[in-house]
Amino acid sequence: MQTSAAPVLQLTDIEKIYQTKTIETVALHRINLTIGRGEFVSIMGPSGCGKSTLLSLMGLLDEPTHGTVAVDGRPVQSYSDKELAGLRNLKIGFVFQSYHLINDLAVLDNVELPLLYRPGLSGKDRRQRALAALDKVGLSARTNHFPSQLSGGQRQRVAIARALAGAPEIILADEPTGNLDSVMGEEIMDLLLGLNREHGTTIVMVTHDEQQALKTQRLIRLFDGSQVG
Amino acid sequence: MLWNYLKMAWKVLQRRKFFTFISLFGISFTLMILLVVYAMYDHTVGPHAPEKRVDRLLFTSSLYLWSPQTENGGHPSYSFLERYIRPLHTPEKVSISTGHGTAVAYVGNTKLELAQKYTDGEFWQVLDFDFLEGRPYNPQEVRAAAHVAVINESTARNYFGTARGVLGRTIVTDEVRYRVVGVVRDVPASRGFTYAEVWMPITTSTQDIHNAEYMGSCMAILLARRAADVPAIQQEFARAVRQVPPPTAVYKWCTEVRLYAGSLLATTVRERLGEDGPDDGVVWFGQAGAGLLLLFMLLPALNLVNVNVSRIRDRSSEIGVRKAFGATSGALVWQFLVENLFLTALGGALGLGLAAAALHLINTSGLVAYTQFGLNGRVFLGAVVIILLFGLLSGVYPAYKMSKLQAVQALKGASNPA
Repeated sequence: MQTSAAPVLQLTDIEKIYQTKTIETVALHRINLTIGRGEFVSIMGPSGCGKSTLLSLMGLLDEPTHGTVAVDGRPVQSYSDKELAGLRNLKIGFVFQSYHLINDLAVLDNVELPLLYRPGLSGKDRRQRALAALDKVGLSARTNHFPSQLSGGQRQRVAIARALAGAPEIILADEPTGNLDSVMGEEIMDLLLGLNREHGTTIVMVTHDEQQALKTQRLIRLFDGSQVG
Repeated sequence: MLWNYLKMAWKVLQRRKFFTFISLFGISFTLMILLVVYAMYDHTVGPHAPEKRVDRLLFTSSLYLWSPQTENGGHPSYSFLERYIRPLHTPEKVSISTGHGTAVAYVGNTKLELAQKYTDGEFWQVLDFDFLEGRPYNPQEVRAAAHVAVINESTARNYFGTARGVLGRTIVTDEVRYRVVGVVRDVPASRGFTYAEVWMPITTSTQDIHNAEYMGSCMAILLARRAADVPAIQQEFARAVRQVPPPTAVYKWCTEVRLYAGSLLATTVRERLGEDGPDDGVVWFGQAGAGLLLLFMLLPALNLVNVNVSRIRDRSSEIGVRKAFGATSGALVWQFLVENLFLTALGGALGLGLAAAALHLINTSGLVAYTQFGLNGRVFLGAVVIILLFGLLSGVYPAYKMSKLQAVQALKGASNPA
């Protein structure tokens, strides 16, 4: 049962093993992690240590080989594809390093995307929410532009607006500043910090940047698939 | 949501223009061929003038003198039909006429070869010709062997120089004078049982129509009072034929006389396939037609499947993002199906246009005399069904394959960050 006291995300004894015919790769080993409501947590570690895999498991985009993932205290391993999709839509917003905007759609349509899968919302409601999200990231004037017409920083802002549009409790950001120069990276980081501070959004961010990681409330270090700090 | 999908479909179409061209060409060309064939089929056996009441009409045209060792096929004679078929009780009317032959007429020194058909008076009652002026000849005029004729519009124009005001004028065919009593709209040559350019009373034929031979050059058309009476007429027809004694003169070897009454489609198929037994071949024709239709649609559909699967690879990032933000597999299948149906509908519209152009070309080429193949409501409806079938045939597999992509893999597979 959902309670406000339960951690927003809890990972217990998580293992993720990728298996091919000839080789078995342990991506994550015995991860135990609790993310509290309103926390801003960063995950660091060298390339290939399992950071993105961990984020995918938190985002219910992948299943662990062993262990359980619980959202609001409720384990999700028995959830159907449809239930998981509904949970992602309501609870989680994603920000990717390479933005993953849809080139063929205008900025406003990209931001509206999560709301397309939310039942009961009219076209007008969707539009209003998408505009409000764009307003939050300071891109109200770019609604009809296409991703190819924007700078890297602006694209990442659009991606953040898309993640915000559905008003999720959790934002999972996978190296959100990885493709940006330091100035733009700072802008995006300030935006995420503001969201966490002003709206209480729980944020889990994978990063390679120690300086940015130090700005968050908690830092988790991974090495070879294991939690080392 | 639907608007969003359509917008996406339109963008995807614009993305790889060569792929789009290949897809649209495959769909529209296939549909064009199918629509042309269907329009021809509809034009040949559908309810058009003069066989407007096609559901109430039965045709009999081929007679087989049969024995286990051999058979002789041809058309029944006038006297045969008069003796055994005319007296049937269940039809509302029975008409007997010849197949069409050729008569020669001259306009000055110009020779006109006219398709000519001898008929009884009932011919005009069981069929629905469009009279532009005048009237048909009646049973009394036929009994009296009156030299009257009904001609088609083109013959009136070619022979008299005008399509109107030719009533009462004389047309001379094969050196015999006939008075024109009616002018009808041209009947396409594809309407094999009714087509002619000049129709005359069968009693004015130079052939000996009272010859007692079974074989001749005639056919009969039976009109049912209502469509539901057709099976009863066929039963009475079969009983009547069973009672026909085998011929005693030339075809002494014959043990069974075979003659069947069938719908316009059944009789046309029977004649084309040369079926001489109780099976008119319509079932086989339908199965072969459906098989060919599927086969013909399968090749471009497979091509489209291939193109769609390639496009899915291009769109793995989008699929991953949609899944990450809450799209279920079902929603994605629906999106891809809508996109594919949109593409198919676009190809269908193009195909419809191409088919209209092709039919116009066929009509103006004079390949089949007086034929005006067209895209009527039935053909259009057929096209919609074919388009939907095609869209589903080519869209279901790619949509299914796409929906099975794992969000994580789909996101990793994206090589071009936006």
